[in-house]
Amino acid sequence: MKTRYTYGGDEHIYVEIDDEMSLDAFFIALSLSNMVREANIPGVTEILPANASFEVRFDPDVIAPDAMMEKIKAFEHQAEAQEKRLDTRIIEIPVYYEDPWTHETLMRFRERHQDPTGSDLDYAARINGYDTVADFIEAHHSQPWFVSMVGFVSGLPFLYQLVERDKQLEVPKYLRPRTDTPKLTVGYGGCFSCIYSVRGAGGYQMFGITPMPIYDPEQKISYLKDFMVFFKPGDIVKWKPIDRAEYDRITQAVEDGTYTPRIAEVAFDLDAFNDDMTGFNAKLMEALNDA
Amino acid sequence: MTLEIIKPGLATTIQDLGRPGYFHLGIPEGGAMDRLAFRAANMLVGNDEGAAGLEAVFMGPEIKFGAEMSVAVTGAEMPMFLDGEPRETWTSFTVKPGQVLSFGFLKTGARIYIAVSGGIDTPPALGSRSTYPIGALGGFEGRAIAAGDVIPVGDRPVVAEGRVVPDALRRRPGTPAELRVLTGLYWHRLTEKSQKAFFDDDWVVAPEADRMGYRFRGGQPMEFVDRPQPFGAGSDPSNIVDGCYSYGSIQVPGGLEPIVLHRDAVSGGGYFTLGAVISADMDLIGQLQPNTPVKFKRVDMDEALAARAERKAMIADMRQSLS
Repeated sequence: MKTRYTYGGDEHIYVEIDDEMSLDAFFIALSLSNMVREANIPGVTEILPANASFEVRFDPDVIAPDAMMEKIKAFEHQAEAQEKRLDTRIIEIPVYYEDPWTHETLMRFRERHQDPTGSDLDYAARINGYDTVADFIEAHHSQPWFVSMVGFVSGLPFLYQLVERDKQLEVPKYLRPRTDTPKLTVGYGGCFSCIYSVRGAGGYQMFGITPMPIYDPEQKISYLKDFMVFFKPGDIVKWKPIDRAEYDRITQAVEDGTYTPRIAEVAFDLDAFNDDMTGFNAKLMEALNDA
Repeated sequence: MTLEIIKPGLATTIQDLGRPGYFHLGIPEGGAMDRLAFRAANMLVGNDEGAAGLEAVFMGPEIKFGAEMSVAVTGAEMPMFLDGEPRETWTSFTVKPGQVLSFGFLKTGARIYIAVSGGIDTPPALGSRSTYPIGALGGFEGRAIAAGDVIPVGDRPVVAEGRVVPDALRRRPGTPAELRVLTGLYWHRLTEKSQKAFFDDDWVVAPEADRMGYRFRGGQPMEFVDRPQPFGAGSDPSNIVDGCYSYGSIQVPGGLEPIVLHRDAVSGGGYFTLGAVISADMDLIGQLQPNTPVKFKRVDMDEALAARAERKAMIADMRQSLS
């Protein structure tokens, strides 16, 4: 790992574990950020773990920036040696691919896109070497995904697909970010999927939409009563393709308070996963099917 | 004790000093963009400095008071009237039940802060009354105020009329506005030529400027150091593997228009950042109108911390002059 430490103004320290994405970098960032949290360093106000990096916000009136930097660096070796294992859950998220709402939006912002002639999915399928959009969609939902970051806006998850690197899908972000994205859009940028938790600006390609809300500031939705944000880093997701009828049915069930996401408790062990990705994923999905 | 909104203005929101602690979930701290002016308004009416008030941008609201209270308006310069009679900004005055506060056209600056004695008393969300409209959180029903809203106000005795913030303590951006920047984060991604141009170029505030971020245009497109893009970043040279953003950080999607993230910042994303505006200058951004000329000035950490101390001293002076 090529860990890099830098300041973000006078109130933040940004630690990039690696400039490329890997689950190894994710686990080190998570361990290191947890160690900083557990150390209860006076002056620390926010700790943000990300995909392959993390950030600490601090009050420089309480702790000098260079002293803060030294404290974080001191944990580096210990964090690298930590076990890369998590007790977590796998969640099935229904996705209506090629839906009318994201399609309307992507047409509206075509001049900000790399390829103004087609849709985001046409473009993503082509540059990833898929003959058809259907094949690309199949590749997007056939294997599970790992929530490697929560953020951007209101509990938005970034997801990394649990497959070999040569099977990862990669697409650039829009040339210039859109000023609008429908709520619950399933997006894609770099090697990450995301779910836009709320309507708003965004730079990711748009593939579809889920009927399952993942953020509820009023905490009225049955499965968001305990906390308004659904996802946390380490969650595992399996996309389930659905059609318009199923989309409408789930939307209604959410409104009626009768929708319960399908969730199973699982453990994720990076070494075991790396040894046999197909077998490990099969077990994860089995646990979900039994739930 | 209430405020009745007759006209809401453009995007008037309830704000306080924010809700730190949830940025890791993508919920920004929010709060008044120009915190100096905001604190001043509260001090003028005898409130705690973090009591909730109104932030109005470009256009003032029209408000009918439901009870006797002290009022102060700070920040941008905007003519102000109580029942049609002119009133001074940065100065406390007392209103009677039924009186109406209204505003003329904005003269300088961008945002006014309206404080009332007792503070706005909507239910806090995650420890703050700040409105985060994108997340429908806090404020009045999670949104900007609208005509007909009746906003609850806390009970607190009125203070003397005519309390004034001295002119020397009213901090305003210069012309051009100078924003001091600490380079870092992904600064190394830019070529030396672009690093230099960023500070040499004349920028103006773009129309896309709000509580989430301020966009600038007018400078040269930026060039990036050649590299194979890291796995997961995306193919544009301005892309990175999505990381967390700092408040004040400057991203430049496609190398074209710098965006400075502000109080309602997105917490992360996939564009490189070249550094951040120092904490002491964040207030100034809140007072910039579109088309305002801007120069970015490079400073080091010592200068950033000195500016921070200077701003803190200014708040202390304000407290002393209004105690």
